[in-house]
Amino acid sequence: MKLRRSMLFVPGENAAMLSTSFVYKPDSVMFDLEDAVSLGEKDAARLMVYQALRHPAYRDIEKVVRINELNTEFGLKDLEAAVTGGADIVRLPKTENASEIHDLEAHITRIEKACGRPVGDTKVMAAVESASGVVNAVAIATASPRMMTIALAGFDYLVDMHTKRSRDGWEPELFYARAAVLHAARSAHIDAFDVVYGNINDDEGFLREVKIAKQLGFNGKSLIHPKQIELLHQAYEPTDDEVTHAKRVIAAADEAHRKGLGVVSLDGKMVDPPVVDEAEMVLQMAAAS
Amino acid sequence: MNSALKQLATQDPALGKLLPFAGADALTPYLESPTAKLHRKLCGSLEEAIKRSGLKDGMTISFHHAFREGDKVINMVVDKLAKLGFKNLTLASSSLLNCHDPLVEHIKNGVITQIYTSGLRGKLAEAISNGLMTRPVQIHSHGGRVHLMQTGELKVDVAFLGVACCDEFGNANGSRGKLNCGSLGYAKVDALFARQVVLLTEEILDFPNYPASVSQDRVDWVVKVDQVGDPSKISQGAARVTNNPRELLIARQAANVIEHSGYFNDGFSMQTGSGASSTAATRFLEERMNRKGIKASFALGGITGSIADLLKKGLIKTVVDVQSFDMDAAESLRTSSAHLEISADEYANPTSKGAYVDRVNVVIESALEIDLEFNVNVITGSDGVMRGASGGHCDVAAAADLTIIVAPLVRSRIPTVVRRVTTLLTPGESIDVLVTDHGIAVNPKRPEVEKRLRDARLPVVTIEELRQRAVALTGEPEPLEFADRIVGVIRYRDGSVIDVVRQVKN
Repeated sequence: MKLRRSMLFVPGENAAMLSTSFVYKPDSVMFDLEDAVSLGEKDAARLMVYQALRHPAYRDIEKVVRINELNTEFGLKDLEAAVTGGADIVRLPKTENASEIHDLEAHITRIEKACGRPVGDTKVMAAVESASGVVNAVAIATASPRMMTIALAGFDYLVDMHTKRSRDGWEPELFYARAAVLHAARSAHIDAFDVVYGNINDDEGFLREVKIAKQLGFNGKSLIHPKQIELLHQAYEPTDDEVTHAKRVIAAADEAHRKGLGVVSLDGKMVDPPVVDEAEMVLQMAAAS
Repeated sequence: MNSALKQLATQDPALGKLLPFAGADALTPYLESPTAKLHRKLCGSLEEAIKRSGLKDGMTISFHHAFREGDKVINMVVDKLAKLGFKNLTLASSSLLNCHDPLVEHIKNGVITQIYTSGLRGKLAEAISNGLMTRPVQIHSHGGRVHLMQTGELKVDVAFLGVACCDEFGNANGSRGKLNCGSLGYAKVDALFARQVVLLTEEILDFPNYPASVSQDRVDWVVKVDQVGDPSKISQGAARVTNNPRELLIARQAANVIEHSGYFNDGFSMQTGSGASSTAATRFLEERMNRKGIKASFALGGITGSIADLLKKGLIKTVVDVQSFDMDAAESLRTSSAHLEISADEYANPTSKGAYVDRVNVVIESALEIDLEFNVNVITGSDGVMRGASGGHCDVAAAADLTIIVAPLVRSRIPTVVRRVTTLLTPGESIDVLVTDHGIAVNPKRPEVEKRLRDARLPVVTIEELRQRAVALTGEPEPLEFADRIVGVIRYRDGSVIDVVRQVKN
């Protein structure tokens, strides 16, 4: 299971960040060719991101590239650079429906064949940024076997919904979208990322939002600043009790396996595969914290 | 009496030079005048103070740098000396910063012909690196400066010491005036060794002014001036608080190294340099100290607000301050009885009878370059131009049980970890651990520390691996080219020459 707590946005035109971002050890790094790059810098950013994708420094980090929409003059060029450069995941912005994923998939397959990359190697992440996207989340999440994650992007979504961030409490304005996207992800057995928190100087607000995302069940959050990584990872760090319990679950499952038993119980509760998966994830997260 | 003295001289020639009594105030004539008795040190102007000090061409003048980038004294005094026609002076300042760029003109016009300092920055450093001075600048450490004064190499004729306030007898400090610069640790030494001491003060307060960081018995002249320093600029220069994620990452890792080094025990002692990461590491240490119930016995050095904050929170028992890096540190010195002011002699002089650095367990320091043998350069940039300060770097590194260097692996596409440092300031034998944003390297002479860090799952690699990583990011830098001429001499803390700086080749 791949840990996806933190996905760090790195503007594609920022050479300094491209050359250092891996040191912060996010679970995934997302090179942005879309909104973070000004129109005049699109070509330069694409070239730099292509080089970063191939650089050994990023070898051990999951690399995501946010391309421009395919109906723009940049979209296909971005996709070409991402797939040939070796991106693990292509992030499609402003995804509204499943057909956009199908189009994307066809182009990826064509590029993979052309550059000699195994077909299916490049995964896809859909960013849902509108009411339509949220409503179509299940179709989007299940549109392709390449789909790895679905991410909610809050800014455009709230504009579309004629509202704005409340910045306190449980953020009711995002509740439906969060729940819908998360349900879509879980029904498709893929991961889900929560929205970015824009105020990088407000650690308290950020952690409040992390708590909501974690409690709802998101794998993690998209992040716009490296300083948020450590905070997020700490917030997702399992407690000692959780780690102890997870170890006992794994031990019980191993014991059952040795004895040839299908299921086993621990403290009167059945230990079935989802419980074992959950325990493995807890231990993985503890090891990574 | 004269006949008795003659007899004494015959009887015991060693007593032959004794003088007969010549009146109660023969040695202290000022006591005969009520005005002179009390006000004899006060000068109406800087010019008058210079004249009364007996300064002559070819002599040595000294300054301190407690006001850092806010210093007004050096430029004010040297401007005045230039106007008065002085030539061929040696300038010995505990350090020189960007605000001292005007000295370039006074070197060109022959007022200053020799410099002793612990650091150089800005246009002055650039000009000297390009061969401005006939005689090479002498770069010493803070402790080494006192040593040079002790050995007599650096004989200060007149010390011009800016102070926040003093009384008319010269009892001065940096804390009790409207200007609050904190510790006068470097000034204390100049006051001790200089033949003549001139205080430049913003305020003259009632006698006796206390505490007397510089005491009346060391002061010859007092002159009031409009401004000796701009307090808002004290924290500019080397010392700063960072919000840079890379510096924070390094700082957090440095705190991890301390935690697992084997020296993080109750009662440990520490020093953090003035660099961004080392200042920030203090913040990360706080959480670890609380978690493990550990308190530091003392924190030493140039003191930042972060250290003062730990004192306030009871996590450090005593703060020992040779220089206050910011207003919070200065305010702590003013208000806390557990915040001590010490001289540079007490701080770091290798031939002092007791230097605080000798008792430091862990120190965090910065570096411009560090090489495969852990040698450190903190003075010359990658272009060979001087732009840093020796400070207390080699003093504390030599004495501390664990010396940690913090530095980004690459600065603006220039590697920090190199095959060979451009200029050697602190020998690798004094350095134990290097913390970068790309990993931690431990000096092979400290295998026990390396094991502890590896056991704690910290990202330990070899320093060669770090160098290779840097080269993978930047490419191999072109070697620097220097002219033959020596423009700087790097003095180790014991006065020996550890390296030289050559003129940059244009």
